[in-house]
Amino acid sequence: MRTQSLFDRQTTVVLSLLAAAAILVPAMNGLALPGSALHLSDHLVPLLGKYVCFALLALSVDLIWGFCGILSLGHGAFFTLGGYAMGMYLMRQIGPRGVYADPVLPDFMVFLDWKELPWFWYGFDWLPFAALMVLLVPGALAFVFGWFAFRSRVTGVYFSIITQAMTFALMLAFFRNDMGLGGNNGLTDFKEILGFPVQAGSTRIVLFVLSVLALAGGYLLCRWVVGSTFGKVLVAIRDAESRTRFLGYRVEHYKLAVFTLSAMLAGVAGALYVPQVGIINPSEFAPANSIEVVIWVAVGGRGTLAGAILGALLVNAGKTWFTAALPEFWLFALGGLFVFVTLFMPRGILGAASDLWERSSQKLRARRSPQSVTHAAE
Amino acid sequence: MRAAAAALTLPPYEAHFMIVLRNFLQAFVLLLGMASAALAGPYEEALLKFTNDSYADTDAAIGAVAASGNPLAVDVVEALRDGRLLVGSGQVFVRRASGDLINAATGQTWGNPTGELKSVRVNNRVRRAIEAALGSLTLLSPDAAKRLEAARAVFRSRDEAALPALEEAIAQEGHVPVRNALETARAAILLSKQDALHTQKLAAVETLRDRGDQEALALLSNLPSHAPLEIMAAAGKAAEGIRARLAFWQAFQNVWYGISLGSVLLLAAIGLAITFGTMGVINMAHGEMVMLGAYTTFMVQEVIRSYFPGLFGASLLIALPLAFLVAGSVGLLIERAVIRFLYGRPLETLLATWGISLILQQGVRTIFGPTNREVGTPAWMSGALDIGAISLTYNRIAIVVFAFSVFAILLLVLRYTSLGLYVRAVTQNRRMAGSMGIRTSRIDALAFGLGSGVAGIAGVALSQIDNVSPNLGQSYIIDSFMVVVFGGVGSLWGTLVGAMTLGIANKMLEPYAGAVLGKIALLIAIIVFIQRRPRGLFALKGRAVEA
Repeated sequence: MRTQSLFDRQTTVVLSLLAAAAILVPAMNGLALPGSALHLSDHLVPLLGKYVCFALLALSVDLIWGFCGILSLGHGAFFTLGGYAMGMYLMRQIGPRGVYADPVLPDFMVFLDWKELPWFWYGFDWLPFAALMVLLVPGALAFVFGWFAFRSRVTGVYFSIITQAMTFALMLAFFRNDMGLGGNNGLTDFKEILGFPVQAGSTRIVLFVLSVLALAGGYLLCRWVVGSTFGKVLVAIRDAESRTRFLGYRVEHYKLAVFTLSAMLAGVAGALYVPQVGIINPSEFAPANSIEVVIWVAVGGRGTLAGAILGALLVNAGKTWFTAALPEFWLFALGGLFVFVTLFMPRGILGAASDLWERSSQKLRARRSPQSVTHAAE
Repeated sequence: MRAAAAALTLPPYEAHFMIVLRNFLQAFVLLLGMASAALAGPYEEALLKFTNDSYADTDAAIGAVAASGNPLAVDVVEALRDGRLLVGSGQVFVRRASGDLINAATGQTWGNPTGELKSVRVNNRVRRAIEAALGSLTLLSPDAAKRLEAARAVFRSRDEAALPALEEAIAQEGHVPVRNALETARAAILLSKQDALHTQKLAAVETLRDRGDQEALALLSNLPSHAPLEIMAAAGKAAEGIRARLAFWQAFQNVWYGISLGSVLLLAAIGLAITFGTMGVINMAHGEMVMLGAYTTFMVQEVIRSYFPGLFGASLLIALPLAFLVAGSVGLLIERAVIRFLYGRPLETLLATWGISLILQQGVRTIFGPTNREVGTPAWMSGALDIGAISLTYNRIAIVVFAFSVFAILLLVLRYTSLGLYVRAVTQNRRMAGSMGIRTSRIDALAFGLGSGVAGIAGVALSQIDNVSPNLGQSYIIDSFMVVVFGGVGSLWGTLVGAMTLGIANKMLEPYAGAVLGKIALLIAIIVFIQRRPRGLFALKGRAVEA
């Protein structure tokens, strides 16, 4: 019962912080005068938007890792696929304004001397279709991949390794020019989204607010999933998979469902990420990126949802600061973080904080009624 | 000189006479010289054609110069090829590589020629003529390598004019490879020569069939249209035979490349198989142990270069134990400092070792810099062994042999030492092994050190074929995992089979699908394979519900 109420309080805190961000960032960027201490300069808005997208990605990893024990080292693949779907829409919006001024073909296809648009590019000039693909492509890949993996009971480190192989194979594939998705350079040079120029400050504000809303929506969705009966079974699978199976639950179905949902969330994060950073290329598939996402979750606190958001924001802010101030030391810091968190903070910041909270409230209660201490400690 | 010396001792009138005589003699010699210049041979006549600066004349001049037999002919034609043949004021000069100018007609050094000099121009037709001429000119050179070169040049040019020179060379040749090359060249010429005898052509086809390489194949399948049907048929059959032979060697070469790649994978993965097998943890820093081994090799070579240059040939042998110690002790340190606190939490171990790998990479980058470091190859490992139609480089052979030796040694260690016994026991059933009195945590540490040390010596081998950079380990880590997962955890034989299968499959796919697509296909194949056999090819049998 107490955990339930803690979650509710957490939900309130997360949602109000996100609401504050959605109001304050536009206000500080648009209303505060440049030069005042409250002013948020233009280049920081897409940076913050990027963090918010990473937070949504971390949330999707926490949903499967924290609540179902599935450690995916290939979640960057779903993120990137969502990003490519959005990138394809943005490429089609360039129209004849490319360097080669071809009315239909993106620049890289003209450069490769292609004569017509490949079939899989059809429909991407229409945002609703592209948005559907943002969900469907990562979802379908996760479904097929998970279908095979979970049905054969590939678990634990084996699953982690083959997800890593999956994203590695995708990276190799997308690096090829023949893939029809821009090869090495990926998709870039975007002009506008729904008729609004991508680079404009106002568009970026809107994209930021949309990302925050998506994060809030994703958070609520995950909260709802883990709070439901379905979520209880997920936790049971995480803690004792065989036992859950012996109790009669179709473990693989539960895993498949949550894995697919998580991949779709990651796809949305990627789709919102691309217009804000202005490029998507195959290096996003790199296995190292996917592993980094896991450490965001671990830092914030695995299995808490809010912790994933916190971890993503903190680690990425740290990365931005480090790579500017002490570029040599960023990998030391990140590597040290991996070791430190797994050794000394297995439940992350939120876990450590709630431990502290419990201990202090125990002390409080112990002072009031000494005889209940043993009961609480149990 | 004698006359002059005598003149000093003679009375004046006699001396005067002698001086007159001497002048007369000198004039006579001069006259003789002029006469010889006027009586120019074919060589000198041919030389003069160069001065016309017309391609047709140059072409003709090359043939005539080559046919003249003059010792300067080779110099002249080579100079023409390199643009060092100069003409000016009706004479021809050769500029030596040293910059000296010599008169092409006499071979004498020439100081300052009067007038402008310009080099004789060449076009592709002239270049072909040069190649053919050089071929036949050097066919009789005392240097066997030069003769071989010349035979090949004639083979390529198929210049009928070289036929007599070829015959003469074949008659004199004692060196077997050169003789073979000469005969092939003769066969090539005979085949394209219109008026050659039937029997000669048939013999030529046979010679080419015996040669059996790509060039012979091209020649046999592109006979001139005037060739008689009978010759065509014989050539077709011979070409068929060569194609089959080449296909066989091609397949052999692919398999060899596959074995070579497989050995590299085996070296990289075998240490991982031990740690993964005994402890069930994934060591993401395994690739960095390989990298440490490679950097140890670099350090050893640096020290040898500066202090003991004579020992360079043994540098790899010295590096082997050192790399084992360096990587092994780093591995031991990692196990004692981090991994032992994470037992029973394999996913956390994976993350922690990933963090360690980042730290090691950045550490090496900070110390040694981000660029590739140069690791030399000892003389005994360079060169190649020619077998049939392919050549195998010695360093690849050394790595294959080395990989199999490491495999055999590990196999023996695991089978016949007490450490090996304990490691196998812990791999098969950790709790039971513990109950029998095996100190599992000590075995874990030793096994981890052993696995890391083996990765280190893999690094010594890989430093010979890959760039030694901080990212060296990263490029092997995914492949090594694939090998271990495919072969089955805890089984050295599985690792061997996995490495060889993946290596050979990769290289067999490459010609058809290209390197990248082949690799993607292989990764997908492994992902599918794991669905079918989640515990790999050689799975350990057990009755536990959860491994």
